[in-house]
Amino acid sequence: MTNINRRNFMAAGAALGGAMMLPNWAVSADTIKLGSILDQSGPFDAYGKPMDMALRLAVSKINADGGLLGKKVEVVSYDTQSDMALYTQYGQQLTRQDKVDVVHGGILSASREAIRQTMRKSKTLYFYNVLYEGGVCDRNIFINGVTPAQQVEALIPYAMGKSGKKVYVLAADYNYGQIMAKWIQKIVADNGGETVEVDFFPLDVSDFGSTIAKIQTVGPDLIVAPLVGGAHLSFFRQWAAAGMKDKIPLASPTLGVGNEHKVLTPEEGNGIMVAYNYSQEIASSENDSFKKAWADAYNGDQSMHEIAVSNYHGILTWAEGVRKAGSFQRDDVVKALETGISIMGPGGKVTVDPKTHHAVLDVHLMEIQDQKMKVIKTLPQLQPIDTQAVCDLEANPKDNKQYEIKI
Amino acid sequence: MDLLFVILVEVLYAIASLALVSAGLAVVFGMMKVINLAHGEFMMMGGYATIVSVNLGVNVFVAMLIIAPLVVGLIGLVVERLIIRHLYGRLVDTMLATWGLSLFFIGVATMIFGNTTTSITTPITGFAVGDYQINGYNFFIIFVSIILLIGMYALLKATRLGLIARGTMQQSDIAAALGYSPDRIYMATFFCGSALSGFAGAILAPLVGLVPTSGGAYIAKAFITVIAGGPSLIAGLISSSSLFGLVNQIFTFSISPVFGEVALLVAAVILLRLLPQGVTGKFFKGKM
Repeated sequence: MTNINRRNFMAAGAALGGAMMLPNWAVSADTIKLGSILDQSGPFDAYGKPMDMALRLAVSKINADGGLLGKKVEVVSYDTQSDMALYTQYGQQLTRQDKVDVVHGGILSASREAIRQTMRKSKTLYFYNVLYEGGVCDRNIFINGVTPAQQVEALIPYAMGKSGKKVYVLAADYNYGQIMAKWIQKIVADNGGETVEVDFFPLDVSDFGSTIAKIQTVGPDLIVAPLVGGAHLSFFRQWAAAGMKDKIPLASPTLGVGNEHKVLTPEEGNGIMVAYNYSQEIASSENDSFKKAWADAYNGDQSMHEIAVSNYHGILTWAEGVRKAGSFQRDDVVKALETGISIMGPGGKVTVDPKTHHAVLDVHLMEIQDQKMKVIKTLPQLQPIDTQAVCDLEANPKDNKQYEIKI
Repeated sequence: MDLLFVILVEVLYAIASLALVSAGLAVVFGMMKVINLAHGEFMMMGGYATIVSVNLGVNVFVAMLIIAPLVVGLIGLVVERLIIRHLYGRLVDTMLATWGLSLFFIGVATMIFGNTTTSITTPITGFAVGDYQINGYNFFIIFVSIILLIGMYALLKATRLGLIARGTMQQSDIAAALGYSPDRIYMATFFCGSALSGFAGAILAPLVGLVPTSGGAYIAKAFITVIAGGPSLIAGLISSSSLFGLVNQIFTFSISPVFGEVALLVAAVILLRLLPQGVTGKFFKGKM
C-alpha cells in the first residue's frame, strides 16, 4: 500500500487521463467493434443470457476463421438489467463513446424502439434479432426474428384443427402482445373460427386464478397465449395445477422462446403447441455442429433457444454482408445485405428480404413433449408477409417508422 | 351453481391473500405506529427462505409454515434491535429508515440469488367442481388465512401476553410502572410482525415467480388494506380485506384483471374520503 500523496495522485490521474484521451484507432487499430446490448439479468434474463452466449459463440467462430477482412471482431457488451431506461443510456454510450461498427441487441419491442433512432442518427448499423410483432421499416435496421404472420399462419390452423373453432386469447399487455393478439384474431377468422375473448396482462402479473375460472365460464376449444417473461410463466403452472391441461389445449407463439418448456415440468408443459424458427430437436448437420460447439464452449450447457439462435443468425448475416461488401462502412454493408444474401444456420436457411430488411426463414411446427420441442412439420422459407404489406424500402429508402399493420 | 361456487372461491381467495399480505404490517403499523416500508422485502425473504429450504430437500410445508417465519422473524429482530428501537414514536423517521432497509434487502437478495426469477411448484393439485376445475392451493391459502386470523385474535384477546402487549401499545408508561419493560414488548411484537410477513411471503411463493424486487408488488396493497382497516387490528384486517377482495374480483370477472386492480385502488380512495379513520374508526369501535 503506497502512501497517497498529492504528487503520485496527480501522476496517476494524468496517466489515466492520457489513456482515455487516446483516439479510437490507436487503441484498437486491428479490431472491429461489435456492440451488444441485452438484458442479461432481471425478469428477461432467460432470453438475454443465452443471446449473449450465442453472440460470443458466433464471434469466436468468425475470429477462429480469421476474422473479417483480416481484422478480429471485438465485443463491447452491456447488460441492461431488464430496465428500459438503461437502453437509452447504453445505446448512446455504444454510438458516442465506444463508436462501434455495428450494434446487435434489444429484446422487448420497447427496448428496440428506445435505441433504434439513436442508431439511425449516428449511422450505426443495427441488428434486432428477436421474434417480434412486425412492421418496423427502416433501412438502418435488419431483423432476423420470425414475425406474427410467419408464426401464426403455421400455428393457428394446426391448433384449431386439433381442437376446435372457439379461441380464447391471453396476451402480454404491451406492444408485442397487443399486435400479436390482433394477428391471432385475424388468422382465427380466416380459418373459419371465432375469438371468444381476449385478455391482456401487464408483464408483472403472476396470479391467474380468476382468469382460469373465467376461461372455464366461456368454455373455449383452444387457448392461444402470447404471454411474456418470468411472471407470466405462472399461468402455465397454475393452469396445470387447476387440472385444466387435458381439458382445453394450449398453443403459444412465445412459450419456449426462452426455454420455458424446460422450466415447466412435463405435466405442466406436455402437449402445448408452438411454432418457431428453431428448436434444439431440429435434425440437421448445422444444428448438430452448433449444439456441439455450444456445449464445448459452455461446459455442456444446453440453454440455446429461439432468440439465441436468431442472434447467432444475425451475427453470421452481418459477417456475410461485410465479406460481400469488402468494407465495414454502414452504407456498403447495407447495400451488400440488400442483394438478398443467405446464410445456413442452426434454424435452417435465412435470407435477407431486401424490401423489408426482415428475414425469409423456415418455421417449424412443434409440440412440447417431456421438456423437448418435438418437430411435427416444417414450412420452408416463409416470407414476412405482414411487414411486406406495409414496408417497401426499395421504393421508399427514407422510411423510418414502425407501421401498425392494418389487420 | 358450480360457477357461483368457483367465483365464491376466487373471491374468498382474494380476500384471504389480502389479509395474509397485510397481517404483518397490521401488527407493526397498527400496534406500534412504525411504518415499515420494508414489509414487502420481509415477504420476499420469506419466499426465498422457502425456496432455498425446499431445494435443500426440506418438506415444502415445513419450509413454509415453520422455517420461513422463523428466519424472517429473526431478521426482523436484528433490524429492531439495530434500527427501529431508536425510532419509536417518530413516524416519518421509521419510514425513511425502513425504506433504506428495503433497498438494502433488495441489494443483498440480488447479490445472493441474482436478479432472476425462481419458483417452486405448487404442492397441492387441482380438483373438479361440477364442470369446473379449481386450483387446490387456493383452498389452502383461504384455510391458512382463517387459522391465522383466529390465532391472532386468540393471542391478543385471551392470553396474558396479548393483554400486556395491548396495554403497552395503549399506555406504555403505565405498563412500565406495573413492571413490564416496553422495550422488550416492542421487540417481541416486531418479531411477530416480521414473522407474519415472512409467513405470507412463504405461502405465496409457490404461486408466483420470485425476484428480489417482488416485495414492491405487495407493499402498496398491504398499506392500503391496513390504513383502510383503521385502528382495530383484526376487525380492520377482516373488513378491509373483504371489501377490497370483493371489489377486485367483481371487476376482474366482469371486465379484466387489470381493471380489478384499478377498482381496488379506486375503492380505497372513496373509502378513505368517506371514512378518514378507516372502517373500524367508525364501525366495530373498540373491537380487537
